[in-house]
Amino acid sequence: MNARKITYLLLREAGIGVALVLICVVFIFAAPHFASYRNMMNIFTQISINTVIAVGMTFVILLGGIDLSVGSVLALCTIVAGLTITSEALPAGLAITLAVFASLVVGALCGLFNGFVSERWRIHSFVVTLGMLNIARGAALQISDSRTLFGFPEAFSNLGAQTVFGLPVIFIMAMTLVIICSIILNRSVFGRMIYAIGNNEEAVRLSGHNTIVYKISAYVICGGCVGIAGIMYMLRLNMASPILGVGFELNAIAAVVIGGTSMMGGKGSLIGTFLGASIIGVLNNGLLLLGMGDFARQIVTGLIIVAAVVIDTYRNKVLLKFQEND
Amino acid sequence: MNSNENILELRGITKKFPGVIALKNVDLNIRNGEVHVLVGENGAGKSSLIKVLCGIYTPEEGEMTYRGKVYTPRTPFDAIEAGVRVVYQEFNLLSYLSVAENIFFDNLPRKGGFVDFKTLYRKTEELLNVVGLNISPKTPVELLGVAQMQLIEIAKAISSKSELLILDEPTATLSSKEISMLFGIISRLKSEGVTIIYISHHLQEVFEIGDRISVLRNGENAGTHSTSNISIPQIVKMMVGKSMDEEYPFRAEIKPGETILSVKNLRCKGKPSPISFEVRKGELLGVAGLVGSGRTDAMRAIFGADSRDSGEIILNGKTLTINKPKDAVQNGICLLTEDRKTQGLILEMPCYVNVTLTDLQAVTQYGFINNDIERKATDKLVNELAIKTPSIDQWVGNLSGGNQQKMVLAKWLFRETDVLIFDEPTRGIDVGAKYEIYLLLWKLAAAGKGIIIVSSDLPEMLGICHRIIVFSDGIITGEAVRENFDQEEILTMAYEGYMQEDTV
Repeated sequence: MNARKITYLLLREAGIGVALVLICVVFIFAAPHFASYRNMMNIFTQISINTVIAVGMTFVILLGGIDLSVGSVLALCTIVAGLTITSEALPAGLAITLAVFASLVVGALCGLFNGFVSERWRIHSFVVTLGMLNIARGAALQISDSRTLFGFPEAFSNLGAQTVFGLPVIFIMAMTLVIICSIILNRSVFGRMIYAIGNNEEAVRLSGHNTIVYKISAYVICGGCVGIAGIMYMLRLNMASPILGVGFELNAIAAVVIGGTSMMGGKGSLIGTFLGASIIGVLNNGLLLLGMGDFARQIVTGLIIVAAVVIDTYRNKVLLKFQEND
Repeated sequence: MNSNENILELRGITKKFPGVIALKNVDLNIRNGEVHVLVGENGAGKSSLIKVLCGIYTPEEGEMTYRGKVYTPRTPFDAIEAGVRVVYQEFNLLSYLSVAENIFFDNLPRKGGFVDFKTLYRKTEELLNVVGLNISPKTPVELLGVAQMQLIEIAKAISSKSELLILDEPTATLSSKEISMLFGIISRLKSEGVTIIYISHHLQEVFEIGDRISVLRNGENAGTHSTSNISIPQIVKMMVGKSMDEEYPFRAEIKPGETILSVKNLRCKGKPSPISFEVRKGELLGVAGLVGSGRTDAMRAIFGADSRDSGEIILNGKTLTINKPKDAVQNGICLLTEDRKTQGLILEMPCYVNVTLTDLQAVTQYGFINNDIERKATDKLVNELAIKTPSIDQWVGNLSGGNQQKMVLAKWLFRETDVLIFDEPTRGIDVGAKYEIYLLLWKLAAAGKGIIIVSSDLPEMLGICHRIIVFSDGIITGEAVRENFDQEEILTMAYEGYMQEDTV
């Protein structure tokens, strides 16, 4: 029984892990600097922000929804946080605290809007978040007067350059979030409801649950994750800009899908999402080291997304067989 | 046994799946022009047999002859070519297309590369007359009721040449009036020389339309008999492998107590007439009526699944505010919905998730689910209800129909409730499982719960209920208590609401 369960879990999660390892092995041999400490640190830094956004996106996709607004909301978060942190009226310590808080609140509020509108009027989140994509981008440009903000307090800039146990601080933040959210999804009542609603919302409602509250919460979590990603972005680049984050939603969705989460909802895992984000990051980095240009890399990334989903349909068939013969 | 007499012969058909033998060495002869009834418990192999006949499954062993020739369909298309059509239990209709387009979907009449709508509508109208449906061929299928969809499926099956028609539980969703109409269609087809294989759980039907009957048990043919020399108890015995003393248990020693739930002046959304009734502790209250008579709507409104315009719901003397299912569940009222697959269960999740869904608080510590408690509680219920599943990690969707229904029961037994409303609790499940569910209903009654049973199976309600109320066209037209149960009187009440409407 336990052996079976382990095989089952391996089948469910390991496919994507094996793919990641294989890609790494290829690059280690093909690209001379790929395995160097500095490059590894680069990769960790590069995948962190996408990982955090993709974690939030996983919650929404598990419910059969989607959030197209994450890139724009990220820009809005950084602008609000940037204006707070550069405010001369506040002492540096307070400014930093308030900025972090502001970024989280702005992200969560955008998520609340997305969730509330799509649930209250039963509109597909694709449309609502497409609207939010424009709203948040416009708001970011409006508030900042389309300026890029620099000159953050030193304490903040220094934090971004720190390493913990030799790992970049923002990577540690991303991993912490993956672990916490993973525990929530797998062990908490909230997580159970997310999977259950994603599979059959009506059955959950008729079992005596207020499904709408859970669904809106998922959008709020997604927005909150974007808020965290906003702070990480500022830590990394020491700036806030109303035009950053364009196309980030697609990278996040790609990470979730490569990670094996079903777009229909109800099936998937955050470990998968993390591995998905890693594959995208490693590919981008490795191909660049091999001297491949931007355009060609985009083609390869696209092919990988399609291939991952095709492989996934076969994997699901095997898993289904496994269930049937259990 | 000469080949002129038999349209279809099966010899030693065996179909295996990993770990299960679905069909074991099945021999079966279908005579030309007969109505051959196929019965058996869920999981006895009826569906597998159909799938073999229509080319979805290929048997590992055995051979089939159709009209004296070897018959080896590889795809459903081969079967249709040969003249074998199946009307499945689940509908395969495209809801946004018209009735006509659905019926002739495989075979649209054409004129110069375009659909010839004139011919299409004319042919459809002819077919609709045959199946007794008085609707326009242009009606979109999504506007039709379940019974009408069933008739469209049949029209579709007879639209092209079909010599052997297989009907998989066609009456599961029909009311008695529609059933008699269907039987009319079947005899008409029979007189036109069509051979029919008819699958059903309703044993009474067998005698009304069947010429011969075959019973499947555990993948084997337990015997084929002419319906004129076999009785229902004999069939049941063949199906379950043992004799059953009584079809419907009634425990006279359990007497209803005081009123537990009363519903006063309930008006479902958009319905003019109010409904009032009560249930008592330990009472099995039957709710009869035709499909679409407002029975299910009323139950859903009480439970808060659909909104209502007015009405008081009083439980144990306390007036409740019920606006959503959560309110009802927290006050101790539960509804076991008619459609277990879409509304009752999460098919692609394990048993234990389904069971504890009604009361997650009971298995939660500090916001996190305690897997041990959850699994133990599920194990206990699975054993108590004798649910057949290899493990509680199994997806509920992989269980048989009867076991899925028991799973719905298990999830509500997991939560403490006062009133249980069952909507069609025994639809589409076999005799053995039905009996077990009746016994469970009695166990709940003995524990002092109020039990409401909505069912289209009138003999079943006459068999197990203390009292029956009858819905007709959205109102309650009558009530009968056990001492005065009379099937005809209840049927009359069921049509009463519609009669009044006609005279106005």
